[in-house]
Amino acid sequence: MLGFITRYSTTKISSYLNSWLLKSSPSILQSTRRQMCLGVLPDAVDRNSDASTRNSLLMQDLLSQLHSNINKVIAGGGEEAVKRNRSRKKLLPRERIERILDPGSSFLELSQLAGHELYEESLPSGGIITGIGPVHGKLCMFVANDPTVKGGTYFPITVKKHLRAQEIAAQCKLPCLYLVDSGGAFLPKQAEVFPDKENFGRIFYNQAIMSAQGIPQVALVLGSCTAGGAYIPAMADESVMVKGNGTIFLAGPPLVKAATGEEISAEDLGGASVHCKISGVSDYFAEDELHALHTGRSIIKNLYKAGGEELPGTWNYAIAEPKEPLYDVNELRYIAPVDHKQQFDIRSVIARIVDGSEFDEFKKLYGTTLVTGFAKIFGKPVGIIGNNGVLFNESALKGAHFIELCTQRSIPLVFLQNITGFMVGSRAEANGIAKAGAKMVMAVACAKVPKITVIIGGSFGAGNYAMCGRAYSPNFMFFWPNARISIMGGAQAAGVLAQVEKANKKRRGIQWTTEEEETFKAKVEQAYEEEGSPYYSTARLWDDGVIDPADTRKIIGLCVSASMNCAPEETKYGVFRM
Amino acid sequence: MATLTFLLRRKLHHQNRHILAQFSLIRQFSSSESSGAGKKPMIEKILVANRGEIACRIMRTAKKLGVRTVAVYSDADRDSLHVKFADEAVRIGPPPAKLSYLQANSIIEAARMTGAQAIHPGYGFLSENAEFAQKCEDEGLSFIGPPASAIRDMGDKSASKRIMGEAGVPLVPGYHGIDQDIDLMKSEAEKIGYPILIKPTHGGGGKGMRIVQNPDEFAEAFLGARREAAASFGVDTILLEKYIIRPRHIEVQIFGDKHGNVIYLYERDCSVQRRHQKIIEEAPAPNVSNDFRSQVGQAAVSAAKAVGYYSAGTVEFIVDTLSDQFYFMEMNTRLQVEHPVTEMVVGQDLVEWQIRVANGEPLPVTQSEVPLSGHAFEARIYAENVQKGFLPATGVLHHYRPVPESETVRVETGVEQGDAVSMHYDPMIAKLVVWGENRATALVKLKDCLSKFQVAGLPTNINFLLKLANHSAFENGQVETHFIEHHKDVLFADSSNMELAEEACKSATRSAMLAAACLCKMDINTAKGICQGERSPLSIWYSDPPFRVNYCAKRDIEFEWENDYGTTGTVPLKLVLTYQQNGSYLVEAGECGSPGMEVKVVQLGDKDFRVEAQGLSALITLAVYTKDKSKHIYIWNGLQYHHFRQKVGLESSGEDETEHRPERADMASHSPGSVTAPMAGLVVKVLKNNGEKVEAGQPVLVMEAMKMEHVVKAPSSGFIHGLQVASGQQVSDGSILFTVKEE
Repeated sequence: MLGFITRYSTTKISSYLNSWLLKSSPSILQSTRRQMCLGVLPDAVDRNSDASTRNSLLMQDLLSQLHSNINKVIAGGGEEAVKRNRSRKKLLPRERIERILDPGSSFLELSQLAGHELYEESLPSGGIITGIGPVHGKLCMFVANDPTVKGGTYFPITVKKHLRAQEIAAQCKLPCLYLVDSGGAFLPKQAEVFPDKENFGRIFYNQAIMSAQGIPQVALVLGSCTAGGAYIPAMADESVMVKGNGTIFLAGPPLVKAATGEEISAEDLGGASVHCKISGVSDYFAEDELHALHTGRSIIKNLYKAGGEELPGTWNYAIAEPKEPLYDVNELRYIAPVDHKQQFDIRSVIARIVDGSEFDEFKKLYGTTLVTGFAKIFGKPVGIIGNNGVLFNESALKGAHFIELCTQRSIPLVFLQNITGFMVGSRAEANGIAKAGAKMVMAVACAKVPKITVIIGGSFGAGNYAMCGRAYSPNFMFFWPNARISIMGGAQAAGVLAQVEKANKKRRGIQWTTEEEETFKAKVEQAYEEEGSPYYSTARLWDDGVIDPADTRKIIGLCVSASMNCAPEETKYGVFRM
Repeated sequence: MATLTFLLRRKLHHQNRHILAQFSLIRQFSSSESSGAGKKPMIEKILVANRGEIACRIMRTAKKLGVRTVAVYSDADRDSLHVKFADEAVRIGPPPAKLSYLQANSIIEAARMTGAQAIHPGYGFLSENAEFAQKCEDEGLSFIGPPASAIRDMGDKSASKRIMGEAGVPLVPGYHGIDQDIDLMKSEAEKIGYPILIKPTHGGGGKGMRIVQNPDEFAEAFLGARREAAASFGVDTILLEKYIIRPRHIEVQIFGDKHGNVIYLYERDCSVQRRHQKIIEEAPAPNVSNDFRSQVGQAAVSAAKAVGYYSAGTVEFIVDTLSDQFYFMEMNTRLQVEHPVTEMVVGQDLVEWQIRVANGEPLPVTQSEVPLSGHAFEARIYAENVQKGFLPATGVLHHYRPVPESETVRVETGVEQGDAVSMHYDPMIAKLVVWGENRATALVKLKDCLSKFQVAGLPTNINFLLKLANHSAFENGQVETHFIEHHKDVLFADSSNMELAEEACKSATRSAMLAAACLCKMDINTAKGICQGERSPLSIWYSDPPFRVNYCAKRDIEFEWENDYGTTGTVPLKLVLTYQQNGSYLVEAGECGSPGMEVKVVQLGDKDFRVEAQGLSALITLAVYTKDKSKHIYIWNGLQYHHFRQKVGLESSGEDETEHRPERADMASHSPGSVTAPMAGLVVKVLKNNGEKVEAGQPVLVMEAMKMEHVVKAPSSGFIHGLQVASGQQVSDGSILFTVKEE
């Protein structure tokens, strides 16, 4: 019913548009029509409605919360530490990255709020800055320790963020630049940092594997590089060390003295001179930090394969002239309601993300709660899958079909998630909703094209899987500040858990008052509210960052560009349950 | 005013055409007359025995007349403008002038080889060498200049004064004797009375000149002058003169033909000098009566007639401003550097006259027909270090954009962007000549042109010339030879004047902010170029403004302001630039307490920008190049001009010119007491040895560059250490010469 109404209004508006064009100028009509084809999405946003105003205000609060969180982490590990860092003639990690990036170029920073309210002590950005940006026209993955945050030591989340950056680099075949300035593992938490598979050791494993795959690994030693940290430059293809500040040793002077009685300064034990002139642990000697950063740039400049095949790989389509959307991208800030119970048309979001607001919809009339179609973002073709309600049988089948189309044509997929889940109930089950859902999940899991997921509203239950949640290894995944993620809605979970608890208590013959039940429910809902928050998610690196909705188009564009740094892969599917 | 000027110019042009018509009539007449006399054929090809702007200037006239041109060049000038400008060019030797531009035989051989019938010597080099002039005539080549006999008579200053005295031209009291015994000279000096002036009998341009205030200084000055004279002119005889305390330098342009006619084309005032060399000249002389004008003109004509002069010449007079008395100083038997100011006020082409006179044609006008219209200035733009006592500078013209030429603005130049100003020749970059209906309008134009004359890559005197032109005494025409010395408090920045220093810092900060914004714009546009337009897969990474997740991109920019005219040296300026969403930049500076400024930039060309800040829109030019591990940024913003340095890593060392001369010493890390070469040049004399005791200010060695001597003195009392240079050795700018250590 809802879908019908939307369609109706769409037709109405396009006919209105046509009539206006007809009246104004027939010649414009002809040319514009050819360009616009049928795919231009209508504006379809009522800016003056109460809902829009309310949303806009709510989103403003969310954004100012986001910016205040960001401003805190940008400042690094506090005034004192920053001052100490400056006194050593060292730059902050983001400043270091700025100086390596091509001047005036963009930088896609990842998981800025990692570690947010995660430990008792604050750990801005998880103590490590990661992100993608171009150096001499080549996209690189930056991994930069923040020495002002706990001396740049690795907390569990630091390791996770480092590994995530390496995962992206491996997936997109991005050369890695490690700006090392770290005291190694944070010893009090060694149990969560050291032993497991996805722990500290994995960093060096990844370096080895990526190097083997021909993905350059470059380390700039700008500060201390102690113990485990010493392996980062040692495992790198090429490394640079700064005179004075840069040190590499397995054990620092205090430990050496304790172990062997030898008294030696840090510089003499593992300074740039030792490693560039005697040990050969490092390759380039830098007079100062600026020199080191520039040496890093020139290393990247010289990265090319003389044998032929250059990074990036070949994508066989010409990039079209990028076009701005017809509508203001800032309107994305109030289109998606902060209250998830309110419906909205995903097409008004798509209209503010894709080039020229042109969207050629696939299977528009079938399975209307899932919107699928082709568009371009900054000139690059993408397949877009967005939610317009709960997933039904048809919607899931349509989704699987569309993913097959895109994988066959090597078209990157963009998932715009706002999903409460698959339809439940006897009718749905009887129709084999599980089977249909499985088809879509299979298609999503096996698709080897770049996948970018943005959670713009709710992300609940199996809907998260079908719409390429974190477990389905999207190349990149982001949250809007209004988004929520959990296995189900808080109210539903409270209801389910209350029923189970009630049954339990009943079995044991305990009476549960309505008051007690309400308290119980409230507690569950409270926990879901907290754990479903994008900050809870991003602090634990369940995503790659919380973003301003107005930046969505830009960020998807950057992600698609980064994902296309490697050659397209062929997709093979498993057995679809028919 | 502009229309009036235009009308006047047009009038001048009419006169020009009229004169040309006269010329052609005369020419017909004279050629028919001389056809049977077996005279030299008409000049159809000229060899220009010179380089730089004057070579180009002569060729320009030759081309106008349909006369073909031959350039000569040394190895240093292989790609110079004058070589490119000529129809043919002949190599005549290695860079030192002695081995190339002063090689008379090679030049005559070049003329023979190319079939040139005439040689124009320009100024300097062989222009006042009588033997060369004679040799040309002997070889059947026409020397475009005066007769050899006149050069000889006037070239010897003592002889010339004798002749002038006999012709009744007033002379400055002095000693012009052949006896060069130092004691005799010293007693002659006593007779004349101190202060006295010592100068070589040969040559000019102030080379080898010394002022002696009292008898104690006499010996050192005398010997130095003799040495310099020998090095520059090959003759070391010296003359003595009374030194006039408040003199003006006024010279008269004269012109003669081979038929005995001599006229004067009015006078020029060349009083404003530094290091005895002119930097601003003007015609006619300001604050001079018509009576004086014709008197001095007549005296000049008598002087020329006394030596049977023809072609262009200049008679220099020293005018005592206290008594308005003028004395003959010398006659320059050549076309002078500053001849364009005369050309502008009389509307004539003096090189054309020279060629026609060389062809035997009579002068086109009589004295009474010589027009005098408006006022003209010439400012000489030099590569020099004003702060270091106007020492000549060398370097590459990384950016060179002279003002556009027009009917009233002439730029005489011999260099192009990318050329080097080397230590081998004169460091003059260009002559800026402007004309106005009167002195005031001409001065307005001069200031405007100077502020728009853009040179980056080496220090120049442009800012200094601007200060001169803006000085109220100069504006009033109160010029005299010691102008710069008398007004040095105003002309040179005084760091103790806090108000001025603060003002300067403020304007530098503003310029730095604008420069920073333009640099960022340039970076973005360059990056866009790298990824080949919008269709490149990476173009999205180079958007404007650059994208950051959840914050605005910022950029820290650290400049060092090269305060060219202050004594404070470099001043660090820290700027933070924030890329705004609307594409403009918010620039904030810590220093000088100026608040943040929002700047909008549109790049119009490689170096040209339109900037909008604080409600003001302006066109600015930015020149950027890399040298000595620094990015050098020059900005021209209205009347403001600033030079900043930005430290860069080693990455861009590929374009760094220092790479080609790795022997260059690191200037920043000199130990105290060490003395560095103030300029690139030749050590001519070492006066002290290692270990020898010296007092502060005592001369230690003598250097020569661009034919100027410079005495390197001990900065403090102590003992000489590490002196490794020997006489005859070439040293580079800034290299350590010796160290003075206390025991």
